[in-house]
Amino acid sequence: MARSPVSVSKFRNSFFGWWIIWAILHALLIMHYGYPLNIAVIDSFTTNALLLGACWIISNILRYYLPYSDRYWYILILSIIFSLVVNALSKFIINLILIDSATVDYLIFLSNSYWIRLGLAFLLVGCMAIICVLWYTQEEEEDNRRRKNDAERLSRDAELYKLRQQLQPHFLFNSLNSISALIGSNPSQARNMIHQLSDFLRTTLRKEEEEWVKMEEELQSLELYLEIEKVRFGHRLSTIIVKDDQSLQMLIPPMLLQPIVENAIKFGLYDTTDVVTIQISVSVENDTLKVMVQNPFDPETASPRHGTGFGLNSVKRRLYLLFARTDLVETTAKDHIFTTTINIPKHESYHNRR
Amino acid sequence: MKVIIIDDEPLARSIIKEYLQFHSELELVAECSDGFEGVKSIQQLQPDLIFLDIQMPKINGFEMLELIEEPPAVIFTTAFDEYAIKAFESHAIDYLLKPFSRDRFDKAIAKWRQMSKTVSSKEQLTTLLESVSNGPSEQQRVVVKLAGKIRIIPIEEIHYLEAADDYVKIHTKEGSFLKNKTMGHFENILNKGLFVRTHRSFMVNITQITRIDPYEKDNHLAILKSGSRVPVSKSGYAKLKSVLGL
Repeated sequence: MARSPVSVSKFRNSFFGWWIIWAILHALLIMHYGYPLNIAVIDSFTTNALLLGACWIISNILRYYLPYSDRYWYILILSIIFSLVVNALSKFIINLILIDSATVDYLIFLSNSYWIRLGLAFLLVGCMAIICVLWYTQEEEEDNRRRKNDAERLSRDAELYKLRQQLQPHFLFNSLNSISALIGSNPSQARNMIHQLSDFLRTTLRKEEEEWVKMEEELQSLELYLEIEKVRFGHRLSTIIVKDDQSLQMLIPPMLLQPIVENAIKFGLYDTTDVVTIQISVSVENDTLKVMVQNPFDPETASPRHGTGFGLNSVKRRLYLLFARTDLVETTAKDHIFTTTINIPKHESYHNRR
Repeated sequence: MKVIIIDDEPLARSIIKEYLQFHSELELVAECSDGFEGVKSIQQLQPDLIFLDIQMPKINGFEMLELIEEPPAVIFTTAFDEYAIKAFESHAIDYLLKPFSRDRFDKAIAKWRQMSKTVSSKEQLTTLLESVSNGPSEQQRVVVKLAGKIRIIPIEEIHYLEAADDYVKIHTKEGSFLKNKTMGHFENILNKGLFVRTHRSFMVNITQITRIDPYEKDNHLAILKSGSRVPVSKSGYAKLKSVLGL
């Protein structure tokens, strides 16, 4: 349910402020016509208290029943009814209170001013009704927008979670398969790989909670990952990591680089019997973290655009969900070197979150 | 009986090799680390059975099978691929989930022996490949073979498709390639907002069209950027108009 305008203290205060000023003006006006203070106060208080009550009832009616835009004449009718009731009641009550003490002169004045009183009451009640309609309509829209935002965020979170999950099982089962193979041929290496795999899994489990991690941590788990890949693919894989202090402090969505590096390894390791070197360089340019992953490839057989596979698509999707930009991942192929570049805009809210 | 292992990881191949030692009648004739090698070895050595990994670089296991006219029996090996596993189950083709035990491996071999007596592996594989290529991810490329060389054609580079007997001729800027599939198959796998079947025997990439000219009675001709002229039938013209938003 929407909040009522009176529930916001700023509005409540100014509303009552205006009400008091209005009541004082009302009393002064009556005194101006030559009637004593007590009559002026009773007249003003009765009329305005009733108006206040009418406003309160109207704001509550509209809170639970907001007419559609083609039924705004309901509000008009409501305002007329309320002003008639207020006028009749105030006349009745003032008569009741002042029947003994008041002069006939005042009672005639009260009677004569009926239409002016009715008009003023209608204006005030009508204004209140219109303010309420505007207020509640805006509240409703805000509510809808909030709900929509929430729904979008939820589905985005779910998708991000799913993307992260998809990366794990494939690597995990392949590594277990490698261990299974090593147990027969090289048990000590198998044991070593179990340790590396456990370390890697521990860091990823820890990171899954977080939305952003320091590049330093991301590189550490990447190195663990590369050690495991070296076992899987044998001595043919070598890696170079180029980094600087500034970039190590930058923030990056966790596990973003792993699929890219996995891709580079798979892509690079074929067609050649030589040692394949994967180079990973991180740097900072204009407040943007730039990560380059390079691997050799054979242009004869590999179509660079299509050697990218699932890994790169998932990275693109993740960056799109985080930044609403599609230009953050670039790939180039030149001189038998395939380069994947990701640009990660500086993440500001990190410090605020902690 | 001849066996080939196709897997991109040496250790994954070595465990199959290890388990194969217990089946002396099976002779390992080749080990391949990608689909290209796989195609070559299968053609040269004509194995009876292959162990095939699905996720491999360049071309995946399914794409590799599409390139082989008389595919041998296949036992798929995969680490994690929910979609493929569903396809295997619905076509009663055996698969091994990595890591797998020797028991499970022996069972797969036994099942293969059983099956090879009753069903032809070719039929089974054809229906499997059909269902896999109709998969959730829209086809991004088509793999073809030309003069023993494998070509990967990104679908946006296809100008148009033309039916030619049992084949479909894929026209690109670098010439045309034959693929042993039906027009119906391509109609299923290609993005319907990009490719329109304009004629019983033609399907065209709409981004390639520069002009549509009237031609005899109710027919039209689509003129492509390359200058090729593709026939458009009456119903094809209606489809083309709706896709182009005319």
